[in-house]
Amino acid sequence: MSQSETPQLYAAREPVFPRKVSGFFRSMKWQIMVVTLGIYYITPWIRWDRGPDLPDQAVLLDMAGRRFFFFWIDIWPHEFYFVAGLLIMAGLGLFLFTSALGRVWCGYACPQTVWTDLFIATERWIEGDRNARVRLWKQKWDLRKIRLRLTKAVVWALIGLATGGAWVFYFADAPTLAVDLVTGQAHPIAYTTIAILTFTTVFMGGIAREQVCIYACPWPRIQAAMMDEDTITIGYRDWRGEPRKHSAEVKAGAEMGDCIDCMACVNVCPMGIDIRKGQQLECITCGLCIDACDDIMAKIGKPRGLIDYYALRDEAEERAGGHPKKIWKHVFRPRTILYTSLWTLVGAALIVALFIRPEIDLTVAPVRNPIFTTMSDGTIRNTYDIRLRNKHGDARPFRVTVSGDPALRVQLEGTIYDSVEIPANEALRQRVYVSAPPGSDPALLARTDFRFWITDLTNNDRAFAETHFNGREADR
Amino acid sequence: MSDNSNPNENEPETTGHEWDGIREYNNPLPRWWVWIFYATIIWGLGYTIAYPAWPLIERATPGLLGFSTRAQVAEDIAAVEEANAALKAQLAEVDLTTLGENEDLASFAVNAGASVYLANCSQCHGSGAAGAVGFPNLLDDAWLWGGTIDEIAYTVTHGIRNEQSFDAHWSEMPAFGRDEILSDGEIGQVVQHVLAISGQEHDAAAAEAGSVLYLDQCASCHMDDGGGDMVLGAPALNDAIWLYGGDADTITESIYYSRFGVMPAWSEEFRPSSGLDQAEINAVAAYVHQLGGGQ
Repeated sequence: MSQSETPQLYAAREPVFPRKVSGFFRSMKWQIMVVTLGIYYITPWIRWDRGPDLPDQAVLLDMAGRRFFFFWIDIWPHEFYFVAGLLIMAGLGLFLFTSALGRVWCGYACPQTVWTDLFIATERWIEGDRNARVRLWKQKWDLRKIRLRLTKAVVWALIGLATGGAWVFYFADAPTLAVDLVTGQAHPIAYTTIAILTFTTVFMGGIAREQVCIYACPWPRIQAAMMDEDTITIGYRDWRGEPRKHSAEVKAGAEMGDCIDCMACVNVCPMGIDIRKGQQLECITCGLCIDACDDIMAKIGKPRGLIDYYALRDEAEERAGGHPKKIWKHVFRPRTILYTSLWTLVGAALIVALFIRPEIDLTVAPVRNPIFTTMSDGTIRNTYDIRLRNKHGDARPFRVTVSGDPALRVQLEGTIYDSVEIPANEALRQRVYVSAPPGSDPALLARTDFRFWITDLTNNDRAFAETHFNGREADR
Repeated sequence: MSDNSNPNENEPETTGHEWDGIREYNNPLPRWWVWIFYATIIWGLGYTIAYPAWPLIERATPGLLGFSTRAQVAEDIAAVEEANAALKAQLAEVDLTTLGENEDLASFAVNAGASVYLANCSQCHGSGAAGAVGFPNLLDDAWLWGGTIDEIAYTVTHGIRNEQSFDAHWSEMPAFGRDEILSDGEIGQVVQHVLAISGQEHDAAAAEAGSVLYLDQCASCHMDDGGGDMVLGAPALNDAIWLYGGDADTITESIYYSRFGVMPAWSEEFRPSSGLDQAEINAVAAYVHQLGGGQ
């Protein structure tokens, strides 16, 4: 570089053309891809019988009905804490895996990685392996290039369409929606969603690829706080590999290390980095460089593992000629045990909550305009809107009573009976009047706490909600 | 003109800004970001041409697409009214006493009535229908002119003590004090009697004297026992509900000056521009009737 040249902070993206590689980690990635994509595409088509009034789709996010169905579990809107709990578990799970195994999520299971892998695989299938793709990229546009690029665009669009298309099945009855989509009968929102997701899938998986991980994803930044010396991550054993072939030291006559500087690890990297420079933000620890290097080491008759999964704590030990600790000794440490315990605790709490959650339920909203009504005989009446929820698959009569003060009497609006029938799987709003006779304590006091009780008359299940009664003093 | 060059060789150029000797590198934005930035400017210009945007003196530029939020609201309202037209026609014709037999119609009536109520009635009777001094509470079980659904509809249609409808409910209490029908002392005795029959603290001797005056002057409308008469709109005096207040001072004032509460006739027959049609009257009657005091 000449002295007069001013360096620029702007750098255009260097396209990455990962070479084909095979080996243990590559096979694992293929298997994980098949499983995760399989789960994604097949799940909405699983049927689950819930009786005549409810959808028979095993996993369904019913936005219109504000219900979430997951096999034998169905979540009502007021039970959103289950979703919050699952998110907390997902977060703790990510902490656990990251502190134990580094960015194992990024390298194997993240949708960005899985789809990028899929897009790279199709690209390789259409345009050829690394060298052919680099040539194609550099060459001038001709018919062959147009044909290949067009084929790739169509295949990518189809993958994107399948991805966006599968997404909408989670929100409606899949077989019905599939027919509607094909016949043009589906809701415009379904088509719009598919169009947007088709675009984002192709854009993120096909075009942006590693840029999403490097610039858009917050996780690479957070991981620095999650990893420590015992975290199993990918590194280059420079004490074994250096000085590499082509290095100044070797040229000067030094004895060569194991690294023959074949660039295999760089060429297979989907992030376009050189792992020999050490751990870096871009590395998603997918293990492909390990496969590539192991292959070369086998060919030149050297032991595998020049690039390998290891913990930083082993480095000093190995440099001194010692042996690394066993992997499980790295993994089992206070930090991971703490994450596991917290994860298990939240999980256990959710399971317990799932089993003890009531099948009938009520919420009470006191009507505060006005806070009470005086009747002609001096009775003080309060009004409440209560929501009665029946989670059973059949209609049930609910009796409404109060406890807390013997003077209080209940009357349901619109009926002379003390019970009301709630249809299956529904929440019904019922206006309720509670009266206190003139001169009674609740009629005079500002506030009397009491409970609304509902009783399912078919099996005498009970549920209650706390509220209070406003008497004359409340108006002072 | 700021100097963008970096005095240190082999370092990127700066923005030319300097604070206390600290200079900022010129760190260009990513190209995609810059492109999107330009695209949004072009989009914004196109948007101001297509949609109402630039404010002028009289109004904003209308935009080539002729879009207006008011027109859209009018369209939405028209669509809802069209969808409800059949139910509304049915509601205008219905015999209110049998409304409860048709669940859909009753539900429509109550919901529509709530809107009619909030728009037209809540100004006096309150948004929660609890009333105010001089404006009856519609939640309780006391009715001046009748609390059946038919009677409520009639009151809404014709109103009370107005000049608009000949059929408006009408009655007038004499101003016993101002018109010197009773002396102040006599009024005091009547007040004690009214306090007595409504179960409040009173002077027994005065109330005893007042009861004679009451039977003479008041009972023809308010009835011997103070139970009132809904035909005359005479309120019950022996209960816990007071339109203007049940304390001695307020009762004295009511007897001395009388009261003259009015309510407009709401039917469009009497107020062509702003009245309610039959379906709206039936709706608001159904709504008020189910508030908790309907008879």
